[in-house]
Parts: sequence; C-alpha cells; structure tokens
Amino acid sequence: MSTASAPASVSIAPDRSRVRRARRAGALLLAPSVLLLAIWSIVPLLMTLWYSLEHYNLMSPGRVFFVGLRNYAFLFSDSSLRSAIENSVTLVASVLILSVVLGTVFALLLNNEFPGRNVARLLAISPFFIMPPVAALIWKNLLLDPLNGFIGWLLSLAGLPPVAWFTRFPMLSLIIIIAWEWIPFATLILLTALQSLDSEQIEAARMDGAGPLSRLRYIVLPHLGRPAAIVVMMETIFLLSVFAEILTTTAGGPGDATTTLTFLVYIRALLNFNIGGASAAGVLAIVLANIVAFFLMRAVARSLNR
Amino acid sequence: MRNRTGSVLFGAIAWAAALGMAFPIIWMLITAFKTEAQAIAIPPLLIFRPVLTSFQTATSGTAYLSFAINSVVVSVGSTVLATLIAFPAAYAMAFRPGRHTQDLLVWMLSTKMLPPVGALIPIYIIFRDAGLLDTRTGLVIVDTLMNLPLVIWMLYSFFKDIPHEILEAARVDGVGTRQQMIHLLLPLASPGIASTALLAIILSWNEAFWSINLTSAHAGTLAAYIARFSAPEGLFWAQLSAASVLTVAPILVFGSLTQRRLVRGLTFGAVK
Repeated sequence: MSTASAPASVSIAPDRSRVRRARRAGALLLAPSVLLLAIWSIVPLLMTLWYSLEHYNLMSPGRVFFVGLRNYAFLFSDSSLRSAIENSVTLVASVLILSVVLGTVFALLLNNEFPGRNVARLLAISPFFIMPPVAALIWKNLLLDPLNGFIGWLLSLAGLPPVAWFTRFPMLSLIIIIAWEWIPFATLILLTALQSLDSEQIEAARMDGAGPLSRLRYIVLPHLGRPAAIVVMMETIFLLSVFAEILTTTAGGPGDATTTLTFLVYIRALLNFNIGGASAAGVLAIVLANIVAFFLMRAVARSLNR
Repeated sequence: MRNRTGSVLFGAIAWAAALGMAFPIIWMLITAFKTEAQAIAIPPLLIFRPVLTSFQTATSGTAYLSFAINSVVVSVGSTVLATLIAFPAAYAMAFRPGRHTQDLLVWMLSTKMLPPVGALIPIYIIFRDAGLLDTRTGLVIVDTLMNLPLVIWMLYSFFKDIPHEILEAARVDGVGTRQQMIHLLLPLASPGIASTALLAIILSWNEAFWSINLTSAHAGTLAAYIARFSAPEGLFWAQLSAASVLTVAPILVFGSLTQRRLVRGLTFGAVK
C-alpha cells in the first residue's frame, strides 16, 4: 500500500502518468475484495460441479471415481427431487404472497400519523431481528404446541379441538413461521419507500377531488411497484436457502413433506455422506437461484444508472 | 370530524397489527420469567410472580457462556475484518470510478446469490482437510466472505453521499490516499460505517446455516446452541425462552438503532 501515500509531486506530474498512477492505486485498493470474492464464488462452485460428476461417499473415502452424469441421472429419476422442488416452490411462493400483501398493508397503516407511531413501527419490524432457530422453536413450542401452546388455547376458547400442527399441517406451520420472519422485511422496505413519496403530488390529487381510494390506487400503489419487486427478489434468494427453521421443527418430515431442495442437499451430504449425489442437487439449487438472481441483478443495475 | 374518527380507527388497527407481529416475542419475554410449571399452564398465566430461575438454569454451566463468547468473537471478528477489507474497495469505487466500476459492483452483488447449499460440500471438505471444522477462525472466515459484498455495497452507497469536492480538494493539496481515507472519509462517513457494521453484526450473529453445519462443541455460536433445544427432554419452555431472550436482546437493540439505514444495505442501495 506504499503507493497510497504518494508524494505531493503527483499534482504537478504530467496528466497522463497521474491518471495511470491513480488507476493503479485504485486497483490496489480493490484487489483484496475482488480476489477474496472471486475465490469465494468460484472455487466452491467448481468443486461442487466436479464432485457432482464423481462417485464419492464419505463413508468409503477410498472408492472415489468419475461417473459422468450418473449422479444427475439418478437425481432426476428420484421422486424425492420432485417433491423437494415442489416443496421449495410452495414455501417460497406462499411466503412471498403473504409478505408482500401484509407488508403493504402494514406499511400503509404505519405510515399514518398516530400516537406512538415509532414504537409501533419498531414492534412490527422486530421479528426480522429474531434469529431463525429462536423464531422456529418459540413458535413450535410456546405458540403451536397442541396441548399447552397459546394458539391451542385460543382454539379451545372457540370450542375447537387441539391441532397437532407439525404432523397434520407441516408445510402450513413452516409457512406461518417463515412468513412471520419475513413480513417485517417487506414492511420495512415498503414503509421506507412510502416515506419518499412526494406529498405534494398527493395533495394535488386531493385538490383535484381524488378520494382516498383512488389516491391509493393511482398514486401510492404504483409508487410501491419497484420496491415490491425488490422485496420479492431479495426474499426469494433468502427463502430458497431456508434451513434452520426446517431443521429445528420438522427436520424435513413427516416423510419428506417439508424437505426443500436446500434441505435435501443437507440430508444427502451430511446425513447420508453422499457427496456426489448431494453435489448434483447443489448444482441444481445454484441454477435455480441464478435464474432469480439474473432478474434481481438487472433491477439493481438499472437503479445504479439512475 | 369524520376524518378524526377515521384516523383514530386506523391508528388502532396499526397498533393491533404491530402488537400482533410482536406477540411471539412478547410472549417469549413473559415466559422467560416463569417457572417451568407456569410456562406450560393452561389457561396461560398472565399474572404471576416473576422469577429469574430460568435465566439461572439457562446460563449455568459453561455451555451457554462459551457459545455466547463464540457468538461475540465471530460476529465482531468477521465484521471488523469485512469492514477493513471493504473500506478501501468502496473508497476506490466511490471516488475513483473507472469504466468497469459498475460491472464490478454488480458482480460483487452476484456472489451473494450463490446459495449456501451450493458451497456447503466444498467448504465442509476444505475445512475438514485444513482443520478448520469447529473452529472460530473457520466461522470468522465464512461470515466475513458471506457479508463482504453487502458491506462493500453499503459503504459504497454511503460514500457516494459525501460531496466529491471535499476529497478532491484534499487530493489537489497533496493529501495521500491513506490520509484521505483515515482523516477525511472515516470521520465524514462514520454514521454510515457504524450502520454498516451493525448490519454485518446482526447478520453474522443470526447466521445459523454455517454455524450449525460447520461447528459442534467448541466453536458453536448461540444459533447452534438454541437449535439444540429442538430435541429436548423434560420441561424446558421457560429455559428456552430465557436463553432466547438473552440471545436476541442485543440484536433487537442494534436493529432498532439502525432501522432506517438498514434498508439501504438490505436492498443494495436500490431503496433509500
């Protein structure tokens, strides 16, 4: 980093060498980040690709050999892959819908002027800061336990029988927990976007006789379109990787009712020690995430240009 | 007049929604001060004499403490490391943008899109061979790399808000790059740097996937400690709640401090 403390003569030096030197210093400043991120993103990817072409089981480490696409052939003929993808899609789509719809409603409510607004905002957003295992276990026990849980008690007040949530409705239970974690994210982003809404525009619409509903329909909601799209894409990236909530509640079961693609890789790799098969599933997860990422990147690159 | 009732009504609904969302946390907080028998009582007890026994059981023994220390070491360590690496990069991109700066930024963000399961197997095997499994060093490395793109982006976005002329004037006066970064940028951008660091600490503190898969007894963080409660024996709700309260409390405080600025980091500057 010795170029960093360049002498004062730099400013009098010919322009071209100054530019070159500045560029070199810039490259030097960037190098550590670029290098680390390149290693972090490329090495594991190549290794996963390589392992996916091998017969490799941690239980018999001596017998590792190249099998070509056989892991993929096996993976695609396996019924658990299909249900894992279906489960991933169900989980991600349900949580997305819940968080965008309720997030919008909460953001609109919390954007109004009312007493204690800041405290209410903080409360509404607080679940986002709860770590996944805590969220999952509090819901699983304190709230959803069929006999002693709070929600069970509420149901019994209504005269309804106890429900064994995680055996009868495992996916629904997971969706409830994960939506609870991610609605605040949508609320926070959309609330921030609402705060940047031009109040003069609303005022002008009101003067022109637009009622609250048409103001909402024609000014507020269109303004939320872009941030909502960002919420959808960011959440999709994170939701495809949901792990701890599944591990601590259903462990993928009953059967494979809540085994998502992420959880399938975990089961194959760290419980069955099948590195080759797990890597093939991992490659598939990467491909799926990249499809989503492609759209996200386009949106972000566009926002850079503004 | 109609407007007044309307706003009171909307205020009440907003409060109901907020309390509804926070209810699981509030209920956890209440349960933490109960005895185990009170914790599972039906109907749920609202009026009781609060006791601290659950906090004592949850933190007694060395287990909780060592997990808590690991959480602090890993989240602070990885945050400091990521910020140190990201700071010069964000400086270079914000104040000396080149032709490829934008592509570079987008590429950095794209590294965040690799799902952790895609990297789990290689990282696990590399760590096993390098003796990094179940070490705090290993977890610091992973968390640093995991948060690096976000930290760069967030710093970059805060640096962009600083008037270019201030640093330009300093450069013309012959102030070196390092001096510019330390004596000008650091104080000017300190609120932004603080928010960035807080977000990195939050993400790394709450990180569960790597912690659960790469550690066991020695280097496990609180996320791994809490996950152990999924296979419990006997009465444990009050204890679970007490341990959870201690685990989430610092993050709730940090989170409430940076609420507004978080949005920028979480959306990579796309929403401000």
